[in-house]
Amino acid sequence: MEYIDTRSGFGDGLLELGRKNPDILALCADLTGSLKMDKFKSEFPDRFFQVGIAEANMMGIAAGMTIGGKIPFTGTFANFSTSRVYDQIRQSIAYSGKNVKICASHSGLTLGEDGATHQVLEDIGMMKMLPGMTVINTCDYNQTRLATIEIAQIFGPVYLRFGRPKVPNFTDPNLPFQIGKGIKLNDGNDVTIICTGHLVWEAINAAKELNNKNVSCDVINIHTIKPLDNQIILDSIKKTKCVVTAEEHMINGGLGDSVAQFCSRNFPVPIEMVGVNDSFGESGKPHELLIKYGLDAKNIVSSVERVISRK
Amino acid sequence: MELEKLNDICSQVRRDILRMVHANSSGHPGGSLGCVEYFVSLYFVLLKTKSQFDMNAIDEDVFILSNGHISPVYYSVMARKGFFNLKELSTFRSIDSRLQGHPTPHEGLEGVRIASGSLGQGMSVAIGSAITKKLNNEKNIIYSLHGDGELQEGQNWEAIMYASANKVDNIIATIDYNKKQIDGSTDDVLPMGNLRSKFESFGWKVLEEENGNNIESVISVLNEAKSHLFKNEPIVILLHTEMGNGVDFMMGTHKWHGSAPNDDQLALALSQNKETLGDY
Repeated sequence: MEYIDTRSGFGDGLLELGRKNPDILALCADLTGSLKMDKFKSEFPDRFFQVGIAEANMMGIAAGMTIGGKIPFTGTFANFSTSRVYDQIRQSIAYSGKNVKICASHSGLTLGEDGATHQVLEDIGMMKMLPGMTVINTCDYNQTRLATIEIAQIFGPVYLRFGRPKVPNFTDPNLPFQIGKGIKLNDGNDVTIICTGHLVWEAINAAKELNNKNVSCDVINIHTIKPLDNQIILDSIKKTKCVVTAEEHMINGGLGDSVAQFCSRNFPVPIEMVGVNDSFGESGKPHELLIKYGLDAKNIVSSVERVISRK
Repeated sequence: MELEKLNDICSQVRRDILRMVHANSSGHPGGSLGCVEYFVSLYFVLLKTKSQFDMNAIDEDVFILSNGHISPVYYSVMARKGFFNLKELSTFRSIDSRLQGHPTPHEGLEGVRIASGSLGQGMSVAIGSAITKKLNNEKNIIYSLHGDGELQEGQNWEAIMYASANKVDNIIATIDYNKKQIDGSTDDVLPMGNLRSKFESFGWKVLEEENGNNIESVISVLNEAKSHLFKNEPIVILLHTEMGNGVDFMMGTHKWHGSAPNDDQLALALSQNKETLGDY
């Protein structure tokens, strides 16, 4: 298995996109290397904009650039892409209906050693609450590369969330990326596991372990949290009658929250949520943090056992 | 356009502002009245626009309003210029209106390209629009308007720093320099020091006009600003205006920043501004 960071998928996808579409612009707030935007910068220096450590200005400039048909991609860490500039995104981009792609690396706990100041765990919630905002959280290099290219095809604001650490690259690079469509990764009958981002790999491992215990899992990768693929969820829960969600985000406001809303309104079933429980993060190695905060395969397994017992 | 006609428009726009704010007992007359000459100069003399509104503004000038609370003057001038039906002014701040309390493209109002209201964001947007003009090899101009109190928002200074560093020289920003904000004079609330030297030290070309409520002076300073375009420097005009200008009891105070006149006050205010083009 190849290990590669999702942010490299963004950098490579952006470069490919830049070659195909001259209207693609890229902006960065002093994190060009971290966001893997160097290749775009060197190939298209006239379409790359270094704004310095000034994220609010970056969001406003991006909004203004759309007047005239450009498609700006902003790049910085997830925390500085969302909570630091929420009002700028809300007014100048979302409410103004601007075609800006907000691309955010170093999301979740797994940025690691920098600790809680950088570990935004509320970004999915903030962004999905904005009317008209598409919210995507990718799980590996291939998916991030494809998503980066695909989001230029839709008009309107998009929040694309990815991460820092090297993680397994396991999705099919030839599978078309369809915004708003979940991907079935495993078929089973006993439980539905709905997962996003880095926890997709943990969910796959949990499903393997559960299979050894004669528990068969439907594993669904939801990369697009908004708009949510209601149909794939409904089809699965009608069969399994219970759900576990898994994400590297606060339980409040995350994917699990969206799934619970959908289920309770349409087909109520027991649900367990794997995510951060109303807490800030801390410094540590990525996998140590996943274990400490209960976001690893082991905790997904125990959550599955718990939800099945509630059926 | 002749001076007399422009002054007639100003008088009518003042009536529109007063009547709009009075009709719904809500809105911001003070700053709106103070910026009448700026808006009339811009829309009836300088701004190059096409007859059909195009969000992308290809081959036309762009205006970005940052201090969105002065929407009454913005709406009145756009309606008088023909962007949308004059009758729509009667819907200002009402339910189901495209004329929201603060301007937005969200309801599809022709002429508006960005939402404003939460202050301090328009400078960045104007710069982004200016960059796209350059990328598209267009020689059109980006005009923007900002409150002076609004400069207390830090994002402005990120943008001001960026514009000079990157030689964004196709922009004419104007500061509505009335030295008043909601809580009082800017010097009482948060003194901003010498704005001219602040902008100059950030690398901007600064023009200053003391008579921001004299249409000839405003046109003159805007034309002078145009003569400095495309010379590697962004341009700012410190436009001295009077909050509440044109209505004697609204001048010399910050109290009409965001308060509407009652029936008697409206009658008095209208008596000081001639109906020249017909009320909406």
